[in-house]
Amino acid sequence: MYDFQYQRPATILDVQKALASSPEAMLLAGGQTLIPTLKMRLRKPSLLVDLSGLRAFNEIQAIGEKIAIGAMATHAAVAANPNLKKRLPALADLAAGIGDAQVRHRGTIGGSIANADPAADYPAAVVALNADIITDKRTIAADRFFKGLFETALEPGEIITNVHFKKPEVAAYIKFPNPASRFALVGVFVAKFKDGVRVAVTGAAPSVFRVPSWEEALSASFDPYVIDVDTVPTEGLNSDIHASSDYRAHLLGVLARRAVTACR
Amino acid sequence: MPQVNLTVNGKAVTIEIEGRTLLVQLLREKLGLTGTHVGCDTSQCGACVVHMNGVSVKSCTVLAHQAEDADVTTIEGLASGADLHPMQAAFREHHGLQCGFCTPGMIMSAVDLVRRHPNPDEQTVRDELDGNLCRCTGYANIVKAVMAGAKAMAAN
Repeated sequence: MYDFQYQRPATILDVQKALASSPEAMLLAGGQTLIPTLKMRLRKPSLLVDLSGLRAFNEIQAIGEKIAIGAMATHAAVAANPNLKKRLPALADLAAGIGDAQVRHRGTIGGSIANADPAADYPAAVVALNADIITDKRTIAADRFFKGLFETALEPGEIITNVHFKKPEVAAYIKFPNPASRFALVGVFVAKFKDGVRVAVTGAAPSVFRVPSWEEALSASFDPYVIDVDTVPTEGLNSDIHASSDYRAHLLGVLARRAVTACR
Repeated sequence: MPQVNLTVNGKAVTIEIEGRTLLVQLLREKLGLTGTHVGCDTSQCGACVVHMNGVSVKSCTVLAHQAEDADVTTIEGLASGADLHPMQAAFREHHGLQCGFCTPGMIMSAVDLVRRHPNPDEQTVRDELDGNLCRCTGYANIVKAVMAGAKAMAAN
């Protein structure tokens, strides 16, 4: 690891100042991806600005019909939150299945979303639940947030502060975890709202994506067998030592059916 | 060099370290607490698990500076004097180890999982130990030891 300076400011204003103080400064959330990345010398920040000093950033609260999760809420906190388990159990279940217990104690929702790993679990929830990503500058709709492989709509220096989830009638997330890394080989999040169904797939392509034909079919009839398993073309899907694109294409249809069945 | 202040096994520590110093390096190289092991150094194996503010973390994937003001417990801080922690005693009793390299991390994870799941069934133990690898594949006795350790912790 190259050396760097480290700061843990107590206010968002001081975080912004620290970030602006050096062109090579980076934000540090839970560090469960960033620290391994630094060890491999894939990044060379001059300064890490740790967000964990911002105490209110890890709150989870209901605001009207929405649930607001602070960017620094850990996966363990989301998984164990009683309000969330009652009102949005699919999201608590998703968080309970990320990585392992130790990763869940450190990793955060904001860090996961900002990183936009193609195999991360949270992007599927953010897109299927049509969440709003709140930053220190603006609100970004889920459909406009994930741009590609490790690429988001965030501008340099922009800080995620909160994620607002809309409560669906029912929802479920099913993933096929890579047995070694526990990242999603493929993961499918299905959410049924009053005005329609949203289906988001992670792990299968460079970035999370929706499947409009399934959404239409499920909105008309919320039955797993309206899903044509082999709808998503193999072309453009990830193919690696863990699974071929053909395998992923089929698997994501199977998981989508299972997710519909598991919806609660 | 910047300073970090934390509590390790009940003792206050103030030490100057580089920004890039990992918590496990602080523990092993600066404080001589070599019971915490480095296996993979890629946050897969769990040999480096310690407790930070009461929950298990992989100390190879935490910067020492992130532990500012934190309360850290390592395997060396688990026993009270000559009396082993019930989980340590259970690992000895049930031979929950073969080569022993993964054992400190296994025990630290096990203590944490029992605190969160006071009466765990076998599946819970196996799921919760997802982040700890035993390359000797000694899982049968490790799981036995954790189940027994959980009972002993409840009795204490």
